[in-house]
Amino acid sequence: MPDTAIAEAPAKAATGGTILQVRNLEAWYGESHILHGINFDVNAGEVVTLLGRNGAGKTTTLKSIMGIIGKRTGSVKFNNHDIIRTTSDKIARMGIAFCPEERGIFSSLDVRENLLLPPIVRAGGLPLDQIFDLFPNLKERLNSQGTKLSGGEQQMLAIARILRTGASFLMLDEPTEGLAPVIIQQIGHTIARLKKEGFTILLVEQNFRFASTVADRYYVVEHGKIIDGFSNAELAANMDKLHTYLGV
Amino acid sequence: MQALYAQLLVGLINGSFYALLSLGLAVIFGMLNIINFAHGALYMMGAFVAYFLLNNDYLSIGYWPALIVAPIVVGIFGMILERTMLQWLTGLDHLYGLLLTFGIALIVQGVFQNYFGSSGMPYAIPDQLKGGMNLGFMFLPIYRGWVVIFSLVVCIATWFLIEKTRLGAYLRAATENPTLVRAFGVNVPRMITLTYGLGVGLAALAGVLSAPINQVRPLMGADLIIVVFAVVVIGGMGSIMGSIITGFALGVIEGLTKYFYPEASNTVVFVLMVLVLLVKPTGLTGKAA
Repeated sequence: MPDTAIAEAPAKAATGGTILQVRNLEAWYGESHILHGINFDVNAGEVVTLLGRNGAGKTTTLKSIMGIIGKRTGSVKFNNHDIIRTTSDKIARMGIAFCPEERGIFSSLDVRENLLLPPIVRAGGLPLDQIFDLFPNLKERLNSQGTKLSGGEQQMLAIARILRTGASFLMLDEPTEGLAPVIIQQIGHTIARLKKEGFTILLVEQNFRFASTVADRYYVVEHGKIIDGFSNAELAANMDKLHTYLGV
Repeated sequence: MQALYAQLLVGLINGSFYALLSLGLAVIFGMLNIINFAHGALYMMGAFVAYFLLNNDYLSIGYWPALIVAPIVVGIFGMILERTMLQWLTGLDHLYGLLLTFGIALIVQGVFQNYFGSSGMPYAIPDQLKGGMNLGFMFLPIYRGWVVIFSLVVCIATWFLIEKTRLGAYLRAATENPTLVRAFGVNVPRMITLTYGLGVGLAALAGVLSAPINQVRPLMGADLIIVVFAVVVIGGMGSIMGSIITGFALGVIEGLTKYFYPEASNTVVFVLMVLVLLVKPTGLTGKAA
């Protein structure tokens, strides 16, 4: 089966075993069938990026893993537990954290409350001083209203708040969208550092240049399916194909 | 002058009930997106539970325990309503919630009317709060002073819980985006049930407080709730502090109207509601949806 051949992650010395295994994942928004059988793997400690055009199903894939799409079928195994029928609060407590595309900063909460909102799900999260070390801006603005922050600061807050929960599998949906190049660079450094700290990251990106600075492997999503996959080392050889996939 | 102060006090008392009830409505609307028309019936149930706890041979534990027991009993009843009926309305138009809760109110009131008739049953003021104080410029019945102060304390405590604590932060966040809060690992459905319990518990508490002043009647809530909805419309649904301040303020305005122009005292709140709707349709403290 070609789909699964693409899906299986190469076992590499640098990374641990498969932490997330997605097989035949289908999902619906109401009547519209968005995902038509997604297959891919993520190994512990990797940064894996889902690439694809607008509307290909990347965000829906993350939301289906997180359990916030009502109708979904197939299998999503996290640490060998099938979570396809699990509710999102329980999925979060298993150690998956989600940073949505729209960032989801709460306007009725100040920065401190936003930062401390997600409950600690297990030991091993980053302590606050390390988070402020990563995002010094946040420390100065703890008492501001959450949505009064700049777009870049809101993105940092959205990432920062899931780092202290102890979740070691992070899903970041287009963290660079709409941000200035200097901020994008800072977010790139942050992701690199999180990887070093041992976090596993599943990234959705339109910004291919940015993704190439942080990712270990790529999957290409089109019409709700994974149509290709390759590692960072194979990137140069796949450049032409990628331009066709993404239409850039 | 005596009469003015007396009306001001009546206004403050009514304001206390308005504030406690509209506060609960605001909390419920925020989390469940439901306009809880059953609120008046649950307020009445609070008064009835207090009545049983005072007059029943087996349950007579008196006024003070009733202040805690009645809100808990009615809160549990509310949580059962939420689990069995209201939770299925998630995502539907406001109209469904309004109709369902209105139906619940009619049923609850009907049941109580069937067993207790429509006339009021007296509820004695507890011994410790009998009598009055001469303040020099007016005579203050102690029970009425107690109602105003205790309501104020409960309102401020509720405001503090919602605006200043971690639990309140969950509540505010879940009001904005329940899906995301749940995806952080918070059991949002359970939180919604508890919030409904808290909201109707506040209504029941108001019912207990009002029992010695207004008598205990099956329709006591139906009469009050119409004014409370006007208060909520004036204050704006979204704001906790807004509903507290508007509740007390409108009670006082009503009291003042009783002194200066008694003919308008029953309509002043509704006239204000119309004016506010014309000028600021989201209410004084409400935000645009």
